Amino acid sequence: MASTPVAVDRAEKFEKVVSILDRHHRRPSGLIPILQAIQHEYQYLPEEVLTYVATSLDVPPARVFGVATFYAHFALEPKGKHVIRICDGTACHVKQSLPVLNALHEKLGTSEKCKTTPDMMFTVETVACLGACGLAPVIVIDEQVYGQITPERALALVDEIKGYEALQGVASVETAEQPSAEVAHG
Amino acid sequence: MASTEPISVSPQTGTGISTHAQVRRVILCAGTGCMANGAMKVFEQFKKEIASAGLHVILELRAEATSDEVRLSKSGCQGFCQMGPLVSVVPDGILYTKVRGEDVAEIVEQTLAGGQVVERLLYKDPTTRKSCRGLEDNPFYARQNRLVLNECGFLDPEDIHEYMLHGGYQAARKAFVEMSPEEICKKISESGLRGRGGGGFPTGRKWDAARVQNSAKKYVICNGDEGDPGAFMNRSVMEGNPHSVIEGLMIAARAIGANETLVYVRAEYPLAVERMRRAVKDAEREGILGKDVFGTGFPVKCEVMEGAGAFVCGEETAMIASIEGLRGMPMPKPPFPAQSGLWGKPTIINNVETLAHVSRILNVGAEKFRSVGTPESPGTKTFALTGHVANTGLVEVPFGTTLREIVYNIGGGVTDDGGKISKAGFRAVQIGGPSGGCLTQDHLDLPLSYDSLRSVGAMVGSGGLVVMNERTCMVGIARFFMEFTQRESCGKCVLCREGTRQLLALLDDVIEGRADEGTMDLLEKLGHAVQVGSLCGLGKTAPNPVLSTLRYFRKEYEEHIFEKLCRTGRCKALLKPEIVELKCKGCGLCIKACPTGAITGEKKQPHHINPELCIKCGACGTACKLHAIEGV
Repeated sequence: MASTPVAVDRAEKFEKVVSILDRHHRRPSGLIPILQAIQHEYQYLPEEVLTYVATSLDVPPARVFGVATFYAHFALEPKGKHVIRICDGTACHVKQSLPVLNALHEKLGTSEKCKTTPDMMFTVETVACLGACGLAPVIVIDEQVYGQITPERALALVDEIKGYEALQGVASVETAEQPSAEVAHG
Repeated sequence: MASTEPISVSPQTGTGISTHAQVRRVILCAGTGCMANGAMKVFEQFKKEIASAGLHVILELRAEATSDEVRLSKSGCQGFCQMGPLVSVVPDGILYTKVRGEDVAEIVEQTLAGGQVVERLLYKDPTTRKSCRGLEDNPFYARQNRLVLNECGFLDPEDIHEYMLHGGYQAARKAFVEMSPEEICKKISESGLRGRGGGGFPTGRKWDAARVQNSAKKYVICNGDEGDPGAFMNRSVMEGNPHSVIEGLMIAARAIGANETLVYVRAEYPLAVERMRRAVKDAEREGILGKDVFGTGFPVKCEVMEGAGAFVCGEETAMIASIEGLRGMPMPKPPFPAQSGLWGKPTIINNVETLAHVSRILNVGAEKFRSVGTPESPGTKTFALTGHVANTGLVEVPFGTTLREIVYNIGGGVTDDGGKISKAGFRAVQIGGPSGGCLTQDHLDLPLSYDSLRSVGAMVGSGGLVVMNERTCMVGIARFFMEFTQRESCGKCVLCREGTRQLLALLDDVIEGRADEGTMDLLEKLGHAVQVGSLCGLGKTAPNPVLSTLRYFRKEYEEHIFEKLCRTGRCKALLKPEIVELKCKGCGLCIKACPTGAITGEKKQPHHINPELCIKCGACGTACKLHAIEGV
């Protein structure tokens, strides 16, 4: 029987979850590393996966959801392709990190409540402290740290990514393949 | 390329061949700060340029070295983050700052080949305008007492052999082969070492309490969940000298009779996680960690676990819950973890910096350790100096050092918003993160120690030290911390969960002009209630930033409440933009800039702002070339 692409997707999804669960010996004590591995795979924690994890570990779903919602690192909603994290630790705060955040929110049309752009391209979020206080204020875009940032520089970085993505769009229409060029970081 | 074998070091004796000392070495700082500024590009450039200058590059410790070889290595965080990427050349003793890829050719040609100093890349002291060649004449380094941090800036954190060549794992060997658990605890107690994570509990006493427990299974946990915003000393040690942490863990394990250890690292520190994991693997490969430590038959295992982003997990019992796969909520003490901790077994939890001190104490002796610091707080403490100060970075000083020494002599003085030195700009120092307090000009000569800080309503905490200039609103700072603790409260204790929320709402009232004469009183009463009504350190200390600012900056609160005035102009709701008629030439620039159409006026006539329509965005103030708009 030919299965629909969606069903294949789902089967693949759970296959990966099963291998993660096996790697952690299906012990409830390993719940946090298990969720971290799942999030690493999918960028967020899909609801049906959480229920599946609860059943597999033989714990109530409430416990899995309880842990998933307690820790700031777990996201229950998908994030954009590019995640911009603005550090709002003390050092960054006194060196004016908020204007950077506001400028990004304004440019991308995001807000504290709605962190991801509708086209799923960008997610803008704050973090308590990245431990790079000597470079305050700091932002991190897709794991790349940028120090002593100003609202202008942050916006320029977003434009750079947007430009790169536009090029990618054109290229993928032409060749139907993802070129491996990287965004030039300055 | 030289092709000799890497030096082999015997884990049993720790000795190796050490002819490497004569080789010239280029050390690149590869801490998070310097990496963000492009240190890896500089590293690659060095590899290329050294080779093309006809010199040999060696990337690993080698037994034999010749004079035309240059060893290129990465180090952990050297602490001078703002000036990165940092490049040191030894034994010449030169420190280059803000090195870019394009500077590398000049360094290779002038310094490595020619033995000359590249003057323009040296650090310039902002107060004396003098160039500093190396660490000795650089006030940021020369005035510190770097015991824990020293090796961070020198050793290659990814090379266990180098750590061993510098005496690494000797203390652990001594602890396992020559000392009894009792002797180790006694030695640590004699040294007076106190927990560097904030509380300042005597480490030896903690260990002893776990040692006397009769249990076949015990655990040692290293607390690397450095959640305090504005502190990054643990990150630096884990990234820069991970083996010192493992050695401390091993000694602790021996002291209490544990054979399982665990390092709990904050997930925001990916590089620290990676380096700790690699260090554990290397130590296992060398037979240091494993089933038979130093031939004693005693097994020690070490695991690295990543946190998941909860500040409260820095609290011992919450961390244990998190390791067990639960929500990180604290439990009442007693029983203390030393009696019943992880999986109900005796457990000790020590901070990264505490553990990094341990091997040194066994190596140099308790007396030598006590020779710096104060009698009650012996040894050194690392502070993360950040904010409005010329030299930001990690500063390790003996306890008893004054704030003035740190801020003005090591830190180079207070800066204005543009980064220029401002002589009269000092407003406050926030010490100890969200659990700490704000200190004023009057405290600049206070010798820093656990007890002196507690007496003025602050705390050493993990050692975050944020300098603030006169453009910082202290009510805003109190609100900033309150928002943080309110968000991070785990919700278990009602007074912490609801109290912090109400404190935040009251501070919002002050900042947005709704507060009245009863607000300050209410803030104080509620603050004290939260302190006594919370179970763990987070709640007990959460009101500290509010209470300490109320105590030392009361006048600012009064200005906000009674005069509806914020002297720094940072509280937007209290701004009253006004056009000074005498200065306004009626050019109309502000009318164009105003997004709400709140400004009106005839050409060449003074304009006016309609306060009903004004949203206090400040656009008019930026647009006006004559500085005619006040209060924005």
